[in-house]
Amino acid sequence: MRLLSLEKVEVHYGGIRAVKGIDLHVEEGELVCLIGANGAGKTTTLRAISGLAHAGGRILYRGEDIAGRRPHEIARLGISLVPEGRGVFPQLTIEENLAMGAYTRSDRAGIAADVDRAFTLFPRLKERRRQTAGTLSGGEQQMLAIGRALMSRPKLLLLDEPSMGLAPIMVDRIFEVIRLIASEGVTMLLVEQNARLALEASRRAYVLESGLVTLSGEAAGLLHDPQVRQAYLGE
Amino acid sequence: MGTISALRADPRLKWAGIVLVAAALLALPFALAVAGTAWVRITNLAILFILLSLGLNIVVGFAGLLDLGYIAFYAVGAYVYALLASPHFGLHLPWWAILPIGAAVACTFGVILGTPTLKLRGDYLAIVTLGFGEIIRIFLNNLSEPFNLTNGPKGIATIDPVRFFGVDFSTVTRIGDFALSGTLKYYYFLLAMLVVVIVVNLRLQDSRIGRAWEAIREDELAARAMGINTTRMKLLAFAMGASFGGIAGGMFSAIQGFISPESFILTESVMVLAMVVLGGMGNIWGVVLGAALLSFVPEILRYTVEPVQRALFGRSLVDPEVIRMLLFGLAMVGMMLFRPAGLLPSAVRKRELATGREDAQDDDGDAT
Repeated sequence: MRLLSLEKVEVHYGGIRAVKGIDLHVEEGELVCLIGANGAGKTTTLRAISGLAHAGGRILYRGEDIAGRRPHEIARLGISLVPEGRGVFPQLTIEENLAMGAYTRSDRAGIAADVDRAFTLFPRLKERRRQTAGTLSGGEQQMLAIGRALMSRPKLLLLDEPSMGLAPIMVDRIFEVIRLIASEGVTMLLVEQNARLALEASRRAYVLESGLVTLSGEAAGLLHDPQVRQAYLGE
Repeated sequence: MGTISALRADPRLKWAGIVLVAAALLALPFALAVAGTAWVRITNLAILFILLSLGLNIVVGFAGLLDLGYIAFYAVGAYVYALLASPHFGLHLPWWAILPIGAAVACTFGVILGTPTLKLRGDYLAIVTLGFGEIIRIFLNNLSEPFNLTNGPKGIATIDPVRFFGVDFSTVTRIGDFALSGTLKYYYFLLAMLVVVIVVNLRLQDSRIGRAWEAIREDELAARAMGINTTRMKLLAFAMGASFGGIAGGMFSAIQGFISPESFILTESVMVLAMVVLGGMGNIWGVVLGAALLSFVPEILRYTVEPVQRALFGRSLVDPEVIRMLLFGLAMVGMMLFRPAGLLPSAVRKRELATGREDAQDDDGDAT
């Protein structure tokens, strides 16, 4: 089933067109990645989907056009964004951050179970559950941001540059977790600059160049595409 | 610290503590009356400031929105009461009707201030709210023409006192040999009101609304991603803070019997903010303490500075008002140096200052 599809989506920032009419879709249970250089419009696309940027065109989520809806409404429909630069609540403890992720829910038992699940996924966070998020390392904050996003039991998880600014060993760990979550059936749209890791983890991929989709297809195929290899894999 | 938490853990001791505090507060005016009945009146004004600080704490402490014009809502509440219960318009509605109206009108003004400032934070928000406070005061000063709404700088006099089942709060009530002064009656009235407001605040802090404010204060974008309607929550903070201010203003009118725009100048806004910050932003008990201290200490100084000088030098060298402000300023600077998060900081603020020191270490951790 098609969970999300973008039809001719455009985003303007002032007079500048950051996204110039793109089409893409995500099937239920799929991990799709969006790769491209800095300023290609990847983050803007995610912002458009989550309602943080005003978008033209149609954004169909489970067949319903959600373009123009407010961010909190979209979050309540089950689309959860892990923002670029993590966006954890720095003065709140890890436990409080996770609880905040379940803001829209009221089933106490279910929330407690999901906190346990987040701690199984990220044992590091369990050790530091009462520590404030601001004291965590970048990688741990990224784990917390993902764990917090999962607390809302999203139907679609939007990940914005999860590897940004992290040490290589942390990047590997984050991608392990992304694979694990994907294998559990969570649908994900991943935006990454680290094209190789993203393509290796994804099923399908879109290549974005100055606001337009220039290539798309099976991730495995794109990994061997000479154009992609030259432009994004540094070969 | 350990003993306090141990005390809290035992519900019997907790209740015993509450009963003790209640008894002390009920007996307080009689103890104060020994020092002079003026002190009961000062206590009443202190309670009004505690009410105001608790209202401002919702906006500043809970939601993290800096408001420098908060006294405007106090003014709105005070004028609503004055206009509806004085000879100015010949209206004499009862207090229980006016206080909710005052709260509602102040709430409306809160939304009026909140709506255009939704996208502003920090310094920018502070400037706009400061302007708002001044606009309200200037309006009150000038709305005597063409239609005399506020009576301008002359203010409104002979405002009705609170009347409760025929008991007039402005005069002495005699029950047998026992005389209950007006100030004393207001004291109990305000005390009851304070208890209600504190309970409402405590419940609010633990509620979903309180958590939403916390998220907004920490990171507004992330709060939105959590499904929090940040627009509505910020407006709610302004509206609730303003309502509490409006109620306090109404009581001020009733107690004073006379109000004029002079009571609602910028200094008052700053004073209420100082109470919140000094006590500990976001901590309800801290705010209560901060407001009580900043209300009482200047008064104590007012009564002690001159006699002390006379005793030491035989005459008054420095004007009491000057030395009072000097000591007051020194006390504030001292507090901020030694307890920067306030006297009783909220748990989160305490962490904020602690993490500030650990930030440098944290950056190293990222690089490895």
